Amino acid sequence: MRSRLEATGYLVDEGLAVACFLALRLHRPVFCEGDAGVGKTALASALAEAFGAPLIRLQCHEGIDASQALYDWDFPRQLLHLRAAEAAGVTDADRLEHELYDRRFLLARPLLKALQTQPSVLLVDEIDRADDEFEAFLLEVLSEFQVTIPELGTVRAEVPPVVVLTSNRTREVHDALKRRCLYHWFDHPGFARELAIVRRRLPRVSARLAEQVTALVQALRAEDLLKPPGVAETLDWAAALDALGATEADAELAVATLGSVLKYREDTDRARGLDFAAILAGRGAGGA
Amino acid sequence: MTGTGMPQGPGADAVLLGFARALRAAGVGVSAERVHAFLRAVDALRPGVRADVYWAGRLTLCGDRDDLERYERVFGAYFGDGSGGPPPRSVRIAPRPRLRAAVREAAARSRTGGPDDEPQGPPVASLASPVEVLRHRDVVELDPAERAQVRRLLAAFALRGQSRRSARRRPARRGPVDPHRTVREMLRRGGEPALLRRHARVERPRRVVLLVDVSGSMAPYADALLRFAHAAARGRRTEVFTIGTRLTRVTRELSHRDPDLAMAAVAEAVPDWRGGTRLGELLREFLDRWGQRGMARGAVVVLLSDGWERGDPRLLAAQTARLHRLAHRVIWANPRKARPGYAPLAAGMAAALPHVDAFVEGHSLAALEHLAAVVRGADTDATGGTASATGATPPSAATAIGGPERPP
Repeated sequence: MRSRLEATGYLVDEGLAVACFLALRLHRPVFCEGDAGVGKTALASALAEAFGAPLIRLQCHEGIDASQALYDWDFPRQLLHLRAAEAAGVTDADRLEHELYDRRFLLARPLLKALQTQPSVLLVDEIDRADDEFEAFLLEVLSEFQVTIPELGTVRAEVPPVVVLTSNRTREVHDALKRRCLYHWFDHPGFARELAIVRRRLPRVSARLAEQVTALVQALRAEDLLKPPGVAETLDWAAALDALGATEADAELAVATLGSVLKYREDTDRARGLDFAAILAGRGAGGA
Repeated sequence: MTGTGMPQGPGADAVLLGFARALRAAGVGVSAERVHAFLRAVDALRPGVRADVYWAGRLTLCGDRDDLERYERVFGAYFGDGSGGPPPRSVRIAPRPRLRAAVREAAARSRTGGPDDEPQGPPVASLASPVEVLRHRDVVELDPAERAQVRRLLAAFALRGQSRRSARRRPARRGPVDPHRTVREMLRRGGEPALLRRHARVERPRRVVLLVDVSGSMAPYADALLRFAHAAARGRRTEVFTIGTRLTRVTRELSHRDPDLAMAAVAEAVPDWRGGTRLGELLREFLDRWGQRGMARGAVVVLLSDGWERGDPRLLAAQTARLHRLAHRVIWANPRKARPGYAPLAAGMAAALPHVDAFVEGHSLAALEHLAAVVRGADTDATGGTASATGATPPSAATAIGGPERPP
């Protein structure tokens, strides 16, 4: 499991590897929580890549409903069909009605599409942004891997999709949903792992620069910031420095590109007070 | 790395069930369904391997970040510390202090070590009113009928946030045309244009977040305010936190239907009764951990505190400003405001006031009613009513407010 994921460039720790293994074996969704930018969403793309399955993504937002998440009928086509049938003089009302609610008029939205596509990886992103009503839709889909369409019957997945749910904890997701899932909390990675991630994701960046950027981000995380940078920011920063042609960071360059890591003015002000040179030097000595 | 204490063979399930039970006793919400998932997960892995049992349990039995720390502790205690092979990676200490960290020790300490470990907040002897006299009497001596009545009144409170338009629509008689239902109707009638169906946006109450100060200087009001919070938290869109020397989320504890049970649960969960106040720092913690992620966004945030700040008032001012930028409205309810001649002189209060949308009282039933009206978005013309009601009801309100702020 682990090696398959790592082959895609996504490094997992043991807990996450076990979570993915169990998700496949027990057909349970993985419920991911953690700070922004720690790789919750990336997990789904890594899984999709590892299994060569399409990634079907459902971005949640407030007011999302069944016609956006599950399925919808293609009304214009249904009406056209009706008109065409009339023009052709079809009078068998029963048959006509039957034809109207045919699979070909069904628009599969992400959840239904995930059940119909096999194998597939379904990502339900930021479930905490949706409202309570939406969680109720999800229950049937995630526990039974089926969708009931009144006009058509029940659509069931023969091979259940791998499901990843992510949440930023802006609100408590209902327990009925949570207990059907495997719960995994994403921590910020330690130095060694983060460095490995940077090296893996950005092979172009020089080893020394990667090491320095990782050290800086780890130092920033220890500060008391409004929004501590995640791994995504580390990668952005390393890419930004690399784009400037740097193979080695110095304090001046680091301050100039701070905007790719810190997104609040208060944080930037605080970070400027840090002794970048010392952190860089410390890491340089360690690396040498 | 087969752990010595790891169960194997036919008796293994019993051991694992025992572990689940121990976890439940430690306060993790382990349901039968989760236990079932746990057993299946262990079965799918290698049952005798410590790390596998650890991860299987952690993934299936926990449902919240706050559960992880307890899980860690119970796992260590139940299966031994496993010198043979420690769990692969323990939950790293979060950069910021965790909510329930050290709850037990602190609670135990404060219970054995007398009522006040930490020095009380500033003395409040300035008010020698009947309120104060009642407040200092033993709870047992209070007129039980009076107290019960006030509690009943408190329990009847409903706190509804100001409403806002939600993105969800609902069938309605007037409003924009609902294409979905209209076309469905057409299809049903063989494609003939039929009735236009309409829908309208739903109005939703905003989320209400209550931050209740339970520090020493607020001790006399804490019970009444928490009962108020309990009544308010019955709606699903209300969150309650206590602040003192640490921040504790008590929404879950307050979800007991019975107010007395809920109060007992809160007393169990809150480690810092009657301590000092670090408003600024805790407000920052609230914003970092919950508020900025979305809990405070667009919400009505109510601070129930007297504004006695031990820390740096500038921090409090900065954090209140931050809160003000996130929240729809910030309301500060200060029980001391009702005192004759009150001026917001407490350093914290004075610092926070410029960033507060409404500054109200919170010392009596009538004042809390007024607070509820302000939260609902009713205009502030109820102030006159508050004043007269305050004058009329002090004894009963005082009784409520002088109630047992500490559990036995």
